[in-house]
Amino acid sequence: MNRTARRNIVNTVMLSVTGICTVITVSVLFLILGYLVVNGWRSVDWNFFTKLPLAPGETGGGMANAIVGSGILILIASAIGIPVGFLGGIYLAEFGGKAVPMLIRYTADLLNGVPSIVIGIFAWTVVVVPMHHFSAWAGGFALSLMMIPIGLRATEQFLRGVPNTLREGSLALGASKTRTIISVIVPAAKQGILTGMILGVARVAGETAPLLFTALNNQYWANSLNEPIASLPSMIYYRAISPYDDWHRQAWAAGLVLLVLVLIANIASRWVLSRGTSAQRG
Amino acid sequence: MGTVVATAPEQTRARKFTNIWRDGDQIAHLVTFLFAASVFLVTVFLVYELWIHSGPSRAKFGFGFITGRIWDPVAEQFGALPFIYGTVLTSLIALVISVPLGVGAAIFLSELAPPQLSNACTFLVELLAAVPSVIFGLLAIFTLVPIMRQYVEPFLKHTLGFLPLFQGPAYGVGYLTAGLILAVMTFPFIISISREALLAVPREQREAALALGATKWESTWQVVVPFARLGIIGSVFLALARALGETMAVTMVIGNDTSIHTSLLSPGYTIAAFIANNFTEATGDIYLSALVELGLVLFALTMVLNGAAQLLIMATTGKGSKQP
Repeated sequence: MNRTARRNIVNTVMLSVTGICTVITVSVLFLILGYLVVNGWRSVDWNFFTKLPLAPGETGGGMANAIVGSGILILIASAIGIPVGFLGGIYLAEFGGKAVPMLIRYTADLLNGVPSIVIGIFAWTVVVVPMHHFSAWAGGFALSLMMIPIGLRATEQFLRGVPNTLREGSLALGASKTRTIISVIVPAAKQGILTGMILGVARVAGETAPLLFTALNNQYWANSLNEPIASLPSMIYYRAISPYDDWHRQAWAAGLVLLVLVLIANIASRWVLSRGTSAQRG
Repeated sequence: MGTVVATAPEQTRARKFTNIWRDGDQIAHLVTFLFAASVFLVTVFLVYELWIHSGPSRAKFGFGFITGRIWDPVAEQFGALPFIYGTVLTSLIALVISVPLGVGAAIFLSELAPPQLSNACTFLVELLAAVPSVIFGLLAIFTLVPIMRQYVEPFLKHTLGFLPLFQGPAYGVGYLTAGLILAVMTFPFIISISREALLAVPREQREAALALGATKWESTWQVVVPFARLGIIGSVFLALARALGETMAVTMVIGNDTSIHTSLLSPGYTIAAFIANNFTEATGDIYLSALVELGLVLFALTMVLNGAAQLLIMATTGKGSKQP
């Protein structure tokens, strides 16, 4: 009886502890969002989106160049990363035999696990060193490397999820394999692939480490893609470690804007996916 | 007659060629293969570049690079041990916090919570994994560091100050703060993957334990968790690999000190943070080469852990789904 009572107490206590663990871990996201909103929302105004940063000590200014810069870097990264991930994923799911796709899948996972700072070093050695200066190209290239594995694996995974009967049906109607892929398989998997691509973009949008010595930073507009370029994440970093109160205020604002964008992208990708699967079921 | 014989092969060859173009199968195969192969090539190229650019440093210091404790660019003496120490120490602090927390939450989400609540919570936790590193750093600088300096570190010194781990002045920045931030950044991975591993455990295992009179906790802790242990260990390895390579958040709170300290409260450096802070200011080939070699060391560390994690996770999820 005593033993049973003790076992029941242990049961209740430990199960409650796991519940507490869950509450703590889930609440962290709300804490982060809450802190950013409290500290940042007052500074997210018209100037923030339209003005250039001012010299330290002057109050005001905005981060227009960093917002546009982030957009440009993401465009460059997407222009490289999405085609490679998409077409490479098609190869892995539809064309490859056994050994070659396994090797490529393994290296993609390897690339996905490379620390972002090491990606930065690599982009520095292959783009910055030959060009002799920091540039938007180098930053976009570094970000694309982080995007490729996500897009590749998502494309492969969702193409593999397409039922074989669809492939067979299309081939039986006389369509070539390529025609089947373009008109039947990819459309059937498009929600999943889109989700993967959005997640890839969301991941690189917040990356700072690969940009530190590739895109660097810039207080002004970049005149060309061969120049250093500002981005929201690196702006947050340099503002946060600076000693100026007004810069800290802007760091909070930029953090809030960046976080909201990243969260929206993630939630949107989830929504696209759920809409796709429910449509298929219906 | 002769002309017909001569033109027939010509025509079939031409038709074959147009067929290939029209169907496009071989071409599509080739094009997609080239893109897929580029992923392989760029990864190999990455390793090659790290190896070549770290050449001067490797030639000069050899194995002493890893065991050397002094980093002095002026004297061109480079030893990476303080950074390796800081990287491993902060990651271990992170795991000590995030593993119990993460596994606990994973148990709750897989065993106790109703599916809808479980999915909602997992989604929120996975969103946390998407929060950019620099935002963790921003919050850490302005909220966590003051809290650590004013409350947590004085408290630790007061209660556990007899240990060498909790001595010295409370700066707020240092190994402990960096470890805490890393804990928050890694538990989403532990929760998400451990939950998958726990959910893959066949229901019969739970039912058998409960039928034998085990309490819910006993069935979970003694049957379900051991069954999923490889996947859980895999998630821990993955979290460790993330923690080792994490740059921005750590750079902002590590305190930037290039020597080795026993106290968790003292400022230090990690490999990634040191590269981030010094790469653009490095002058001289040997200095840059030494920084690239630091990157190579970090790369090797995370690759070994990632590989092990992949194998473990594959082993459990495969095993779980194959069970009848």
